[in-house]
Amino acid sequence: MSKSPNYLLPTLGGIGIMLGLAYGVNTRSYKAEEAELAMAQAEAAQERAEQQLAANTELQAQIEAVQSEATARIAELEARPVSMSLTAPAPAVDAKFGLGREAHAEEIAAWDVDVLPDGRGLPEGAGDVYTGEEVFYNKCASCHGDFAEGVDNWPVLAGGFDTLADEDPVKTVGSYWPYLSTVWDYVNRSMPFGEAGTLTADETYAIVAYILYSNDLVDDEFELSNENFTEVEMYNAEGFVIDDRPELEYSAWRAEPCMENCKDEVEVTMRSVFLVETPPEGGSESVMNHATVEGLPSFTADGPSFIPEAAAKPVEEASAETVVEDVAAVDNGSELIEAGEKVFKKCKACHEVGDGAKNKSGPHLNDIVGRSIGSADGFNYSKVFKTALDEGRVWDEASLAEFLAQPKAVMKGTKMAFSGLKKDEDLEAITAYLKTFGG
Amino acid sequence: MGETFKPSRRAFLRGSAAMAAGSVAGAAAANGPDPLITELQDWASYTGAGVDETPYGMPISYESHVVRRNVEWLTASPISSINFTPIHALDGTITPQGCAFERHHSGAIELRKEDYRLMINGLVDTPLVFTYEDIERFPRENHVYFCECAANTGMEWAGAQLNGVQFTHGMIHNMEYTGVPLRTLLNEAGADISPDKWVYVEGADASSNGRSIPMEKALDDVLVAFKANGEALRMEHGYPVRLVVPGWEGNMWVKWLRRIEITDRAVESREETSKYTDVYEDGTARKWTWVMDAKSVITSPSPQMPIKHGKGPLVISGLAWSGHGQITRVDVSKDGGITWETARLGKQGDTKALTRFYLDTAWDGAPMLLQARAMDDTGYVQPTKDQLREQRGENAVYHNNCIQTWYVNAEGIAENVEVS
Repeated sequence: MSKSPNYLLPTLGGIGIMLGLAYGVNTRSYKAEEAELAMAQAEAAQERAEQQLAANTELQAQIEAVQSEATARIAELEARPVSMSLTAPAPAVDAKFGLGREAHAEEIAAWDVDVLPDGRGLPEGAGDVYTGEEVFYNKCASCHGDFAEGVDNWPVLAGGFDTLADEDPVKTVGSYWPYLSTVWDYVNRSMPFGEAGTLTADETYAIVAYILYSNDLVDDEFELSNENFTEVEMYNAEGFVIDDRPELEYSAWRAEPCMENCKDEVEVTMRSVFLVETPPEGGSESVMNHATVEGLPSFTADGPSFIPEAAAKPVEEASAETVVEDVAAVDNGSELIEAGEKVFKKCKACHEVGDGAKNKSGPHLNDIVGRSIGSADGFNYSKVFKTALDEGRVWDEASLAEFLAQPKAVMKGTKMAFSGLKKDEDLEAITAYLKTFGG
Repeated sequence: MGETFKPSRRAFLRGSAAMAAGSVAGAAAANGPDPLITELQDWASYTGAGVDETPYGMPISYESHVVRRNVEWLTASPISSINFTPIHALDGTITPQGCAFERHHSGAIELRKEDYRLMINGLVDTPLVFTYEDIERFPRENHVYFCECAANTGMEWAGAQLNGVQFTHGMIHNMEYTGVPLRTLLNEAGADISPDKWVYVEGADASSNGRSIPMEKALDDVLVAFKANGEALRMEHGYPVRLVVPGWEGNMWVKWLRRIEITDRAVESREETSKYTDVYEDGTARKWTWVMDAKSVITSPSPQMPIKHGKGPLVISGLAWSGHGQITRVDVSKDGGITWETARLGKQGDTKALTRFYLDTAWDGAPMLLQARAMDDTGYVQPTKDQLREQRGENAVYHNNCIQTWYVNAEGIAENVEVS
């Protein structure tokens, strides 16, 4: 090989870079400039190459090929409309990509369960108020209360009539929901919380019938079915209007705003109700703010009326110091415990474990193995648990597993809505997991 | 896997001593040389962590307070609840996924790509089922959009409630999404896209969180997204696939998207009737209030970000956004809305994305009533709380885009207040 080809390489590389630039730019002005530059550079390169390598026809041909490519690309760029950019949305095509496969009827039936206000989508079935009361007591009351009145912060389903214009409206199925289809659809697909999708159509009809009864919408003899579904009239069916912000607000609020002397005087009328502490371990603590608006300056265009004296020391932000705790490695059947943690997902809608665990709609489960049945402080147990406590019964691994396998059969009348763990390995795992929280 | 780098107890003690010395040095800095400079420091002498120690990096421990936080009493259970983005401590516009707020109705689920299926049915020529791999074979786009929960600032309707911008305005995040336009998938199934049709979308989780989207929006800018900020969606944001509905309330951004159904009317699901409807003063409710109107807030100074440096140069910084389009201007007031100064936008705002604004100013040490007011490219001006209440009362819960006021006292402490 002669020395010449090596000498040429940087030049070819230079052309390549210029081509890259010419091809990659986004706007026409930039593009045209770069294109001209690329052309000039390519021409110069060719001129030099011609002088230096006149004898080397093979390399000459390479250069010509590169230049011809450059010319073609530049022509292509020039041909684009002025507004055209190399940035483009995903192409809109009428043709199909041929991706995906046709859905089977069984698949559509399994997933397409939504129910429309006119009753389309309802399966055949029926349920009456009496049945509904029982199903509701077993599956819903632990959160929503025996009479759909709501426990703790869980939704109230009944009552609240004529409160929508009050200071604190009570928005229930009766007072607020405009369509019965929404109730059926939601109960059917998303309830009970933590066991969604397990209700039969008849159970759902029955629960919905009971909710209607709780709201005085039907009498206690009522049976709801796909036949009479659309005959039920909801109180707030006419209570909704479609978004009217464009007419009521946008027309008025699309205007040049005031910049100076917009008000004469400004006073603080209210201070934050809660101070919110942000502990390093996470979460937040809301603390009542007892400070009042008295003692705060008012403002005019000249600034604050006075400068209050320092009241309290600034609250220090979380310190940069990080206390490192040594966490002893836990290795006692950790796989089983991990499996148990997964199983516990079925429980945690209602039960807490670990540091600071509190009673929710179910009692906390710290120290559950070895704990007296029905003994979590402050939890309102159903009768069967109170009786067990009086009898001095204590949870051990066996009794816990027996209960968790068939809660309603083992503790008749329990408010726990959970239907039970069917697999022995799940029972073993959950027990191992719960034991890591004492007991 | 390497161990997480942790300071030894000795290093920790040294650190504490250095901090104590540091505060002294801080006070004495004007008078004498700073030992942080004049003395050899451990980190300048010893070696640091190796490249094999942190296969996926978390923020340094000194930033461990910059996390999502929840307010326990707001909801019955953390499984059906919300937490808040620490917007007070962030700058720029992109929200890191790991601290972007979460809102679940039945908890965040773990769904493998291999188990992922997306169905399109209803008024279509061919009902289809896609796998995750199928989705990645359609032409895709990248866009930055904000996602704001309709209830952001919702606690503040009846008055100043929570002292911290994380809690008053933190139900928002802003990410760059990679996804397939929804219209592409509709076309693939041969959907009836006439304007009176609706696109009902639902998730694979127990809540399913179904919502109805009018066809015009579905064909416009809705994305079926699978990446955010360049990496896979986080579990809590709908891994592996979520819907992105730019400018519209976060509840419609269905996570773990599993089904798209073309219907001839809105389904009127639970989330679009009993929730995410706005009760006005006379008891009537607005439904289909999808768009998030223009809004802004000062993130620093704010209750979690007091002024610690005393008088002199001060950067007032905040965020602005509009579900209608671009932010064109943000004004800042230091006197509760008597006088306004136009702030500097960090860069030209993207449409339906967060815009960062700055007011580079000097603080004279006097108390301030700080406010920000956003304008978008429709000419809409962010309203005051009183303007909103006059229109809607105090029970709307959702869509509170009022001007926020922070009272900053002479020590630089900021508090959430309302003004006349």
